[in-house]
Amino acid sequence: MTTTTLDRPTAPAGRPGRRNRRRSAFGEGGPLVYGICLVVAAVTLTPVLVGVLGGFRSNAQLANDPAGLPDPWVWTNYTGVLTDPAFWRYALNSSVIAVVTTLVVVVAGMMAAYPLARYRFPGREAVYLVFVAGLLFPAAVAIIPLFIIITRDLGLGNSWWGVALPQAAFALPMTIVILRPFLMAIPRELEEASLLDGATRIGFFWRILLPLSGPGMVTVGVLAFVGSWNAYLLPLLLLQSDMKTLPLGVADFSTEHSADTAGVFAFTTLAMIPALVFFLAMQKRIVSGLQGAVKG
Amino acid sequence: MADDVTSPTGESTSSATLTAAGGAGRATARPARPAANERGGRRTDRRMWLEIAVFVTPALAIFAAFVVWPIVKAVQFSLYRWKGYGPLVDFVGLENYTKVLRNEVFQDAVVHNLVIVVLSVAVQLPLGLAVALLLNRRMRFQGLMRTIVFVPYVLAEVIAGVVWAQLLQPKYGIVDSLLTAIGITPPAQGFLGTPEYALMTVLVVLTWKYLGLAVILLLAGLQSVPDELYEAAQLDGATWWQTQRRITVPLLGPTIRMWIFLSMVGSLQLFDMVWILTRGGPANATMTMATFLINEGTKRSNYGIASAASVVLFVIALVVALLYQRLVLARDTAETAVARPRRRTR
Repeated sequence: MTTTTLDRPTAPAGRPGRRNRRRSAFGEGGPLVYGICLVVAAVTLTPVLVGVLGGFRSNAQLANDPAGLPDPWVWTNYTGVLTDPAFWRYALNSSVIAVVTTLVVVVAGMMAAYPLARYRFPGREAVYLVFVAGLLFPAAVAIIPLFIIITRDLGLGNSWWGVALPQAAFALPMTIVILRPFLMAIPRELEEASLLDGATRIGFFWRILLPLSGPGMVTVGVLAFVGSWNAYLLPLLLLQSDMKTLPLGVADFSTEHSADTAGVFAFTTLAMIPALVFFLAMQKRIVSGLQGAVKG
Repeated sequence: MADDVTSPTGESTSSATLTAAGGAGRATARPARPAANERGGRRTDRRMWLEIAVFVTPALAIFAAFVVWPIVKAVQFSLYRWKGYGPLVDFVGLENYTKVLRNEVFQDAVVHNLVIVVLSVAVQLPLGLAVALLLNRRMRFQGLMRTIVFVPYVLAEVIAGVVWAQLLQPKYGIVDSLLTAIGITPPAQGFLGTPEYALMTVLVVLTWKYLGLAVILLLAGLQSVPDELYEAAQLDGATWWQTQRRITVPLLGPTIRMWIFLSMVGSLQLFDMVWILTRGGPANATMTMATFLINEGTKRSNYGIASAASVVLFVIALVVALLYQRLVLARDTAETAVARPRRRTR
């Protein structure tokens, strides 16, 4: 897992030239290829589209013809959700928690990765391995004690910090595993030069390393944001009523309004949109982060 | 336990990364040393340690407080009969473990998890490979197709689950009504409400959700197959199929093996989707280890039992990870170190 991250810093740039040559070796797509693509796209998108369009239908329409199109188009489901203060409250909670998680992960992860990458000291690999071992812990294992520690010992139950901090903690291993090789790859000539110019190592960190690490930090930041935004189990145990996040809100809404299928579709669709927009905009980052973790 | 945990990943790291990484680190740190000595080694040494401490402490503290400590506590709770209130006094030794291991619902949950592990790989790998090869061809809308395939993966599992729960509603859901329309009678309680179908239905939804991840990773792997091999194959007159079978798939090996690892670990701790779709029902037909322990912990406040279940989950995950590491991934690290020196010369 870690092996592969070594060449990351060069990887995100992509290799367009290569790819183009490759394509020519593969031949053109014929009608059959496009046909299969159409099937794949349909299978992938149909559930999402049914949800989006279902939100524009009435429950009567849905019951009479589950597979039909909106006729007439009903807007009240969507306006109902958009004027629901709870929806906005959930969206705010999700945003704040995701932003706090991301900030904590990036700042703490970057700080830890720096000495682990560029200082030489006894115990360095041991500290690194402690973090790496974190990759192996299924979050579900720690969930019951986490719940007790956060609610009773720390008094952070039902709060933004109570969710953000543990989520950051579980995101740290991947962050450090991605950032360390990234920081190692920054040429040592730069460090030598800055030290010769009289900079301290902290100065080198601030003035040179941080600006150069932008892409790495964005990647780990996006991954932490995605993880936090989509999280369910920890918020489920820790957050109640007004403090709930969007995934919790969606789950609640669907059980409370189980008869109102159209309303559930509208609520779910609106909850999808911010995530879809953000993630599609950040797609390259997400993918390169995943590759950093997985690429063989 | 911490030592046991470090070794599997440590292994993969030590053989390839650490040599390369350690080398790089040493080299980078070196120039600072002589300078330090000139100025009086002690003080700089102390300063270095101070810097290290200041930099590493926040991450280490958060990690210790919210990952390491809870796991230690889980092991502790698992040895007590405890309802979640009052002090931990009712020490029962390994009783919770025997209870968990003898519990038929938990035994079924382990089987379900293993079925999900095996079928996820068996279904998603060929499908993912097929789609990845398809999307690696030169064609229009290639970028768009890659994005589309990735969409389900981007949605929160809960949100995707809620949509699917609606689609799979008995009678009025779109799935049941479409099947009825083509003359197939769906089960009266719906696919999620019928014990015989529930687990397979969950697997179908999981396949829809996670196929995109496999495709994206495999596509990335395809980028690193050297073009020269394809050119050579073409010169030798190999067919497309032969080329894929003899060149592409073997060279994708490391990517595939790594994806399988991720998929297995994910399948073992599956919770969100199942909780949304079925809560582990009907009649425990979709119960997984994670839904079992959440049920025990939150609904029944059996914290001792829940913690024992979580430790068992952890041990199973660890054993699977270790075995996989030893038997399968070890090959890749060996290959990386020997056959692909390119990676280390950077």
